[in-house]
Amino acid sequence: MKNMEFVESISQEQFQFVQKDAQLRDHKLETKARGYIGDAFVRFRKNKSSVIAAWVLLFLLVYAFLAPIVSPYTLDDTDGVYYNAPAFIPAIAKLNLGIMDGSRTLPSQTQDSLNAWRGIAEETGYDPVLGIVDTRVETILYRGQEVERTTYTIETNRYYEPGVMYRTMSYEEFEKVQQWQNETGIQVIYPYVDPEDINGISDMPNVWYKCDNKGTPKLDKDGNLVPVYSTRTHKAGAEYNSLRIEGDDGSYVYSTAVSGAVKVRVCYYNYYQYKNGMEPTYLFGTDIVGRDLFSAIGKGARFSILFAICVSAINLSLGAVYGAIQGYYGGVIDMALDRVSDILSGVPFTVVATLFQFHLVLTGKASALEAFLFAFVLTGWIGMAALTRKLFYRFKSQEFVMAARTLGASDARLMFKHIFPNGLGTIITSCALVIPGVIGSETSLTYLGIVDLNAMVGCTLGTLLSSGQASMTTAPHAMLWPSVYFALLMICFNLFGNGLRDAFNPSMRGVED
Amino acid sequence: MFKYTLQRILYMMLVFFIITMMCFILVRMLPPLPLDPMRPETTVVAARREAMGYNKPYLVQFGIFLKNIFTDFNWGVSEKLYYGQEVVKVFVTKMPPTMLVNLYSILWTIPVGIGLGIFAALKKNSLIDYGISTLTMVTISVPSFVYAFLVQYFFSYKLSWFPFLMNSGEEYFTWPMFVSMLPAVLSLSFGTIAGFTRTTRAELTEVLTSDFMLLARTKGLTKAQATIRHAMKNCMVVVLPSIFGSFIGILSGSMIIERIFGVPGIGGLTLNAINGRDYNIFMLTTCFYTAIGLAASLVVDISYGFIDPRIRMGSKK
Repeated sequence: MKNMEFVESISQEQFQFVQKDAQLRDHKLETKARGYIGDAFVRFRKNKSSVIAAWVLLFLLVYAFLAPIVSPYTLDDTDGVYYNAPAFIPAIAKLNLGIMDGSRTLPSQTQDSLNAWRGIAEETGYDPVLGIVDTRVETILYRGQEVERTTYTIETNRYYEPGVMYRTMSYEEFEKVQQWQNETGIQVIYPYVDPEDINGISDMPNVWYKCDNKGTPKLDKDGNLVPVYSTRTHKAGAEYNSLRIEGDDGSYVYSTAVSGAVKVRVCYYNYYQYKNGMEPTYLFGTDIVGRDLFSAIGKGARFSILFAICVSAINLSLGAVYGAIQGYYGGVIDMALDRVSDILSGVPFTVVATLFQFHLVLTGKASALEAFLFAFVLTGWIGMAALTRKLFYRFKSQEFVMAARTLGASDARLMFKHIFPNGLGTIITSCALVIPGVIGSETSLTYLGIVDLNAMVGCTLGTLLSSGQASMTTAPHAMLWPSVYFALLMICFNLFGNGLRDAFNPSMRGVED
Repeated sequence: MFKYTLQRILYMMLVFFIITMMCFILVRMLPPLPLDPMRPETTVVAARREAMGYNKPYLVQFGIFLKNIFTDFNWGVSEKLYYGQEVVKVFVTKMPPTMLVNLYSILWTIPVGIGLGIFAALKKNSLIDYGISTLTMVTISVPSFVYAFLVQYFFSYKLSWFPFLMNSGEEYFTWPMFVSMLPAVLSLSFGTIAGFTRTTRAELTEVLTSDFMLLARTKGLTKAQATIRHAMKNCMVVVLPSIFGSFIGILSGSMIIERIFGVPGIGGLTLNAINGRDYNIFMLTTCFYTAIGLAASLVVDISYGFIDPRIRMGSKK
């Protein structure tokens, strides 16, 4: 009442018409309409862990496809000496950062073995010893007497460790090495040491100094190693007109003759450069056969991913058709088909894969890869079929289907034109969860050696893991990198797949708080 | 309920029978292994082959196979790995290690997994919940052999807490044997814990938001009482069957874990039978794995039916 009085007290002039000239109409929507995909994308982006997983996954995929291309090595580049060798990149190693320096730890080294390492360092100029980690003095019983013995734990460069090795090469190759030496100025061939000068030792190429019959160096009174390079020219294998080492007055012999070839002492690190045209460069180190792990992981992963995509594409289509028939017709057909898939899904996958290997591969009817693919296809579609069947049950009695049927659409048209597209998002996103499953079982079976794909694809993650596990204590890196890659791949695929599934699931809209 | 259970069991047996027949015929179609004439057991193996009807039609062979199993549980003799020995006897000696390793693993993963799940569900949408959930997801994704590598490298090699491989021998209940089983037990546990945590959390968060929980609180129950009496009961509808399923699954073991830790179990036996092509052993382990798989799903189905009458799969009523 009070208000009314207040209003009445306002004079007429103070009022004015609102919208006297304006026309009333709806505003045009200024926001953009969001489609199904866009909507899903918005929801996907809200899920932080899935987004991170997607980026990591992208990185892993790029790695798998680029690594074998970028790497200077191929799978056939195996090295008989630098196997199970840790990561080494010469440029980084020179910075002494403690990474990528090919280092490994060797326990219980004695003073004598330190002298042997010193021998390698002095001769080749590459010092294998990176540093002494630990010194331990212990009293041991030696021939009834207590003797104090010092042992060292040292860090060595795995690539400098081999030092000098014997190599038997033809005369032509010997010439070629000399030529290469002249061109590059890198000493590969070192003067020959005759076993007669070192107490008949013939299996220790790194001995070039005076020693006892076990190869333990005898130092002169200044504590230096005394070289005993061969000067017996009558034993020389071939003429040598190339780089000579420091302190050589031209009398040293650089090779010896062995039945139609020459035996020489080569510094392996430099010999490697001669053979490969570059210093050993292994970002992840090498595996048990001396392969570059960096490219091997990429190669194995590339195969796994392509194989998994292939398998899920086949299973997706098979399962979709099967499930569509089941769900659409229902009744007796559904039941009969369900029994078939029940039986197939009851067979353990290992058994299926094994039987396929036995029947197709051992008899030579198909390659291991084909048999493996068949095994995956035989039972892999069942999950997809169940999913499609469920979707069909949900959609087939809806009005739009009845409308299409009234208009005379055939069964096939109803199934794949009208019903199927409704479930496409769900079906395709479930693929993102099928792929890691396939990769997982593929890796397990190749790891166990039930399926041997090495002849077909060179290496798989499974075989890399298996060989890495065998040398776990001596070369942990050979197990580490494939495991890390594999674990990351599985985690990211699963997180990504889950995020995708939730994002494409319309019932999740607006639930997140 | 009785009828439903009977139906499920009969159906599973039918499926099992068909799978066995398929695998049997596929295995028999393979060329038999050549026998080593120098070994004394060869006469036994050859006689057994004759008795099992090696040159008769496959269905007749299958009949003989079934007859042998039903009359005196005879699965044939090993033709390669344990030359001339009864397959069943070999198999039985391999059972205890596999079962023990898996049993130990299950026994401690169930309380831990469910506990973590409940904890995460009660702290829903807190930092702890996000932490547990993400960790669970990550743990489930990583295959068990990566854990096996980690366990073997750190616990067996670096710290030398456990031996690298499981001890051989038949004394399964001694302390050193138990310690030597632990790496395998640990490696198997991560995934199982994560699995239980995920199921429990997902189920409990849903139950906790139900109206009856609100009612329970309004009638005066404390949060703990309401959770234990009302929420847990409903949550167990899903969790219990998965526990039963896992218990059946403990029999089958894991080939990879058994190989890495040298567990002298069924997984290793299967693997050796495959690589050595000892078909009779392979046949037995195939049937075994199939039966375990079917039994696990059967138990899950039936226990669902028992616990929650609303879901009686396949039942007409």
